Amino acid sequence: MKRNYWFKLTSLLLVSVLFLSACSGGGDDKGKDKDSGEEVAQEINVRMNDDPDFLDPHLATASISFQMILNMFEGLYSPETDGTLSPAIAEGHELSDDGLTYTFKIKDNVKFHNGETVTVDDIQYTFDRLMGTNNDEPLSSNFDNVTSVETPDENTVVITLSEPNSNFLYSLTALQSGIVPEANEGEHNENPIGTGPFKFVSYSPGTDLVMEKNEDYWKDGLPYLDQVTFVFQSDDQGAFMALQGGEVDLTSVPAHRIAEVEDDFNVNHQDNNSSLVITFNEDREPFNDVKVRQAINYAMNKQDIIDSVYSGFATELGSNMSPAMGEYYLDGLQDTYKRDIDKAKELLAEAGFPDGFKTKMSVSSHNTMYSDIAQITVENLKEIGIDVEIEVVEWGIWLERIYFGRDYDMTTIDLTGRPSAYEILNDYVSTNDSENFFRFNNAEFDKVMEDVLLEPELDEQIKLYQRAQEILTEEAASVFVADYQIVWALNKDLEGQKTYPFWFHDMSEVKFTK
Amino acid sequence: MAYIIRRILLFVVTVALVSVITFAVFQVMPGDPIRIMLGPEADETQIATLKAQLGLDQPLYTQYFEWVKGLFTGDLGQSIRYSKPVSELIMARLPVTISLAIMTLIIVVVVAVPLGVFVAQRQNKLSDLVFSTVTQVGMAIPSFWLGMLLILYIGMNVSFFSVSGYVPWTKSIAGAFGSLLLPALTIAIPQIAVKFRYVRNAVLEQLRLDYVRTLRSKGIKEKMVLYKHVLRNSMIPILTIFGLITAEVIAGTIIVEQVFGLPGVGKLLISSISYRDFPLVQGIVMYITLAVVFINFLVDILYSILDPRIRLS
Repeated sequence: MKRNYWFKLTSLLLVSVLFLSACSGGGDDKGKDKDSGEEVAQEINVRMNDDPDFLDPHLATASISFQMILNMFEGLYSPETDGTLSPAIAEGHELSDDGLTYTFKIKDNVKFHNGETVTVDDIQYTFDRLMGTNNDEPLSSNFDNVTSVETPDENTVVITLSEPNSNFLYSLTALQSGIVPEANEGEHNENPIGTGPFKFVSYSPGTDLVMEKNEDYWKDGLPYLDQVTFVFQSDDQGAFMALQGGEVDLTSVPAHRIAEVEDDFNVNHQDNNSSLVITFNEDREPFNDVKVRQAINYAMNKQDIIDSVYSGFATELGSNMSPAMGEYYLDGLQDTYKRDIDKAKELLAEAGFPDGFKTKMSVSSHNTMYSDIAQITVENLKEIGIDVEIEVVEWGIWLERIYFGRDYDMTTIDLTGRPSAYEILNDYVSTNDSENFFRFNNAEFDKVMEDVLLEPELDEQIKLYQRAQEILTEEAASVFVADYQIVWALNKDLEGQKTYPFWFHDMSEVKFTK
Repeated sequence: MAYIIRRILLFVVTVALVSVITFAVFQVMPGDPIRIMLGPEADETQIATLKAQLGLDQPLYTQYFEWVKGLFTGDLGQSIRYSKPVSELIMARLPVTISLAIMTLIIVVVVAVPLGVFVAQRQNKLSDLVFSTVTQVGMAIPSFWLGMLLILYIGMNVSFFSVSGYVPWTKSIAGAFGSLLLPALTIAIPQIAVKFRYVRNAVLEQLRLDYVRTLRSKGIKEKMVLYKHVLRNSMIPILTIFGLITAEVIAGTIIVEQVFGLPGVGKLLISSISYRDFPLVQGIVMYITLAVVFINFLVDILYSILDPRIRLS
């Protein structure tokens, strides 16, 4: 009897699974539950690749953290979708003629998530904390040139600099100085409190970060959603299936899979404002020779990378700046090094390498696009006699050895977009030891970048930024490949997703249409 | 008593060895936890401040001794990546992994044991051949791929199953089943493929012994012979194997939790390694060691119950 019993049970299980899968049809039946419901809960799940590094806006550094926590925090200013700034906690500011003293008027109707109104003392506290004024451990070096922060009356804050800095306002957004209440001292990471459209509910490492509507938000009528849950799912394939299964409402999808989602989801393309570069260690031979760098630029087929790695969803670049930066961007540089193998060989010969040379390209394994790009590089450079060996390393090792250790010949990396043109180009300044891992060293470039900070007029600043881009192209500081688009797939019933020239999932205007 | 003391001593030695090995691996492994966590945008000032706060400016051996010191007071330390106590992080994830492991074990036992007996009776017949072939295939399937197939063909089509994430038991029992059944099957299928052959061989071995002939000659029904006598006598080798499976199931959860996005200890281990989160890795490795040693301890006790000739001393 017993044998039959087990046999029957197993068969029954198998049959019922098959039966269930056969009769339930398409994969969208989870979405249908939502459609048939009378009222749609104003709650969404947003898939993220990774956890935030910190919830404390002054400790957080990774782009992915700000992508989430900018919903909870605001600075004196807020970045806009076009890369400009708008007043947030500040009502506006005045700048003294010598360009050193900024006087901010503070809005009186901004409340923290704990219900307290934002006071100038909280702003003073925020900057003291960042600058390490009251203890000896600063949390940021962005305010090294601030000599004082004063609060002459209850709605005025005066910040004085040691020298003019045309980029200073950009350090006053929540990306660098989110305003936090003094009352929350010691709890900024565990139980963060800000002034943003959403307030912190809970954080479960590796699982999710939950935020709920800030009913007291100073922008009337916003936000629409009652709850936003950022779900952490590192596996792209798993995330794709979670989207199709209706378990997440918003996720990025690889460009080559757009066709699979465009019927059932809204698809938004976001210019990433990043610069994907193939770059070299310019402290090392032969990359210290501009002719070698130019030869590599002539040899690379950028369009091939754009087509095969990004399915065409990328904008070719000519310098370290994307068209997403609007008026700061200098158009035309992308035509400087049109593919020309003869010219490349000629330049190599002039540099003393008529037969090419052997080199190594070290790429991180955390994103497959880097090894894909490395393979195209190998093929392209083989044509001019350069023999490239690919080395794939873990992200942690890439950071340690290549980015911070500068122990490499060639690599490729996506330089993340930021709202400020200065911060984008600053990576190539020779004295910027922590970010200039290319070891690019050009006196004119350094001078231009120094001048731009002292330049009060926007038009002149733009000219200087454009000159800086030209220098990077002329000197072939890197192979500036492309700004690739991030493709978002979101629930068809959702609208109001805004995209920024940096990583920010702004949930304040997202809502269900039915 | 002597047995228990010996077990505890063995456990202490195992834990000590494992922690020293983990420490040694971390010594030679490049990568800085703070830099990995903050990424290339990191501000040097902030890195320095954080390192000092977390004691990461100390050499690793000092961090290790600090960790050992904490261990004696029951403190597993603080995770670097998540700024939370290691014990809290592990405890939060244990229910997921334990549920998954138990469910997998049940599936393996419920399917592999009857299947093994069933096939043993049909040695060298067609069904034996068919199952042997299926076994080879089952063994060869990588679990991450099997997991994806199950998601694609069952998870996406049957709304009972969730394809990603975990629903706690306290929230919904059906939901928990829905989120765990496919991952459990993913780990179980290759295990069943291997384990039912052990059962088959153990049973076959017993069937050749004299007592079976005696039983049959006394006219006892074949099913009684098989399930009451042969199976019980085959249990010792089978049990040894199932002790081993537990370790494999725990290893399986590490991969499968990634595929199904289950917030379990395995997923935590993977991320803690890639983040070079030394205290967290040590904590999880301790937990895995404890689990495996404990299961082996249980298996030893079961031996003595199944075969009174075996004494624990």
